[in-house]
Amino acid sequence: MNHLGGALADKRVVICAGAGGVGKTTVSAVVALGLAAQGRRVALVTIDPARRLAEALGLDSLGNRPQPVETARFDVSKLEVRGELFAMMLDAKRTFDELIDVLAPNPLTREQILANPIYEHLSTAVAGSQEYTAIAKLFELEHSGDYDVIVLDTPPSRHAIDFLQAPDRLTGFLEGPALAAFLRPTGHAARAAGVMFAALGRLTGVGLLEDMTVFFQLLAGLLEGFRRRAADVHALLTSGTSAFLIVTSPEQAAIEEAIFFGAELDRAGMRRAGVIVNRMHRLDSADSDAMATGARLADALGAALAKKVVRTHADVQRLARADHAAAERLRAALNDEPICLTDRATDVHDTDGLVDLQAELFGEPLREPSGSPA
Amino acid sequence: MIASRRSSRPFWNKRLLIVAGKGGVGRSTVAAALGLAGARSGLETIVVETAGRGDVARALGGRVGERLAEVELQPSLRHVAISRRPALEEYLRQELPTALPAALVARSRAFELFVDAAPGMSDLLTIGKVWELVQRPRHKPRARPYDLVILDGPASGQLVGLLCAARTFSSVARVGPIARQAAAIDAMLGDASTVGVIAVATPEQMAISETLELQTVLAERLGLKLDGVVVNRLFAPRFSAADRHALAGAPDDPTIRSARWYDGRAQAQRAHLARLRRGLLGVPHTTLPFLFTPRLGLVDIEHLADRLAGALA
Repeated sequence: MNHLGGALADKRVVICAGAGGVGKTTVSAVVALGLAAQGRRVALVTIDPARRLAEALGLDSLGNRPQPVETARFDVSKLEVRGELFAMMLDAKRTFDELIDVLAPNPLTREQILANPIYEHLSTAVAGSQEYTAIAKLFELEHSGDYDVIVLDTPPSRHAIDFLQAPDRLTGFLEGPALAAFLRPTGHAARAAGVMFAALGRLTGVGLLEDMTVFFQLLAGLLEGFRRRAADVHALLTSGTSAFLIVTSPEQAAIEEAIFFGAELDRAGMRRAGVIVNRMHRLDSADSDAMATGARLADALGAALAKKVVRTHADVQRLARADHAAAERLRAALNDEPICLTDRATDVHDTDGLVDLQAELFGEPLREPSGSPA
Repeated sequence: MIASRRSSRPFWNKRLLIVAGKGGVGRSTVAAALGLAGARSGLETIVVETAGRGDVARALGGRVGERLAEVELQPSLRHVAISRRPALEEYLRQELPTALPAALVARSRAFELFVDAAPGMSDLLTIGKVWELVQRPRHKPRARPYDLVILDGPASGQLVGLLCAARTFSSVARVGPIARQAAAIDAMLGDASTVGVIAVATPEQMAISETLELQTVLAERLGLKLDGVVVNRLFAPRFSAADRHALAGAPDDPTIRSARWYDGRAQAQRAHLARLRRGLLGVPHTTLPFLFTPRLGLVDIEHLADRLAGALA
């Protein structure tokens, strides 16, 4: 069985990506905890943690800055946290505002952009704005030099790949010839744009077009800054100290997504540090004789309960075999031995649960092994 | 199991059923089952997907059509996948003077920029196509009318954006044909006699929280109520309190661990389900069993369809 171990020892940026609903937020919290246990100063950026997970991390304030997590809240008899852990919840709107703050050439432009109704929409509702701000926050924290490593949970987009494309989409949008045509139509482009604008104006009325033109004129002043920032982000994400962890569940759709995302990462020249299959059902490797097991259980538990236990075990094994087949398909497709995390009966959202999962993920036995071996 | 028969009310007379829920809870499976149930009750039904994954079509053994093709999956049941560019082209073909080729306009960078940046525009194209499917007669020339349109929407957060897109757009562009159509779309979405919302959840903390949040947001922003909640993948109770005690004292082996895991999960699920019931304001809800078949086949979907038709009708 594969573990994360020291695979992230030289990383400064770790991004957890995968389909929605696979337990990405929990896994990123566990990764951050494990790295802190290894002695590093870790910042965890989560997107939308479950209430109990937020509580477990002491995330009660929306500061948009990492807050120290009291590591004493984790059972020190089981896990010694030698480093430091900080955590925050991403506030997309505020992060975008802060970015405008940094990139605006002067206070007046900054105020005009922040007050523009089109901006209000662009910074919160446009598909990809959460992805973009997540990366912006990551860059800012990395750049600050305040942390050894930043662990980023990614937004719950149905397509994990949206995340990778976000910065390029925004700059592509800002520096494309279309925007230039929007701002100062000349020559050939102007004639084409003129036709488009006539069509647009017919459909939307001219008021909206004028609002948008004003907004783009304001934003054009920041274009150089956005361009530089996108290049910096690209350099950061492709550098040797950044890596992605692909997180998936054994479900077919999530596995497909993981395989697709893995291939996209390779194509984009970004590094994979591991593939994590969350919520695997426990496979009984001992090829036990069902009859003998049934008889033994009947002696210990009585015939009626023994029958239910045998049936339940058979059901769970059916799930486990399917899960392992899915993990195997993932291994073959990505040429990487997946790290498998066992499905827990209950949500893993308290400090004990995180410590437990951390031991399984990193392959470092706890000081006091719990009842159920990993 | 019909948890609250008392408050259940028919919704097969709705024209548009929106299937909502967090990612990974089985939304597409429920949309497919609802589609099948609708078709079998004699309604000309179409299931609409917006995520571009074709889950519903696959679940029902069909293929995904291209460019807004309405593909027959079963008798009286069709499927369409909405993606932005074809929706845009179709819209422009209907709205622009014939002198301007719609495909050319739709592909122009300036137009794409506009669709990206105009508040609500991109979502408006998607929800506008859903609206068009609901119309009788259809606006699309020679298109077949439907009795029931089932929208397998995006995950909850994005869904609210999609449903509010028309209003968002109207707020920035008060004039012009798009704004007028947006107003018509917005009026339809706020009409509870036409539109029903079915939320899908699994009995887990996050999924239940999202369902309760959706209930609040729908009421506040659209004046809609949830019409039904489907709790998917519920573990049937197998072990009694006495069994539990016996299992706790039994020697630790893989068989016993499987039983303890099952029972622990079943118990945790009951607690989450209880929280949902407390938070739902008289909304009918039903449960679907966890199926130990790793991949759902058409037979499983048919089984779910029967249960849903019985529980929610």
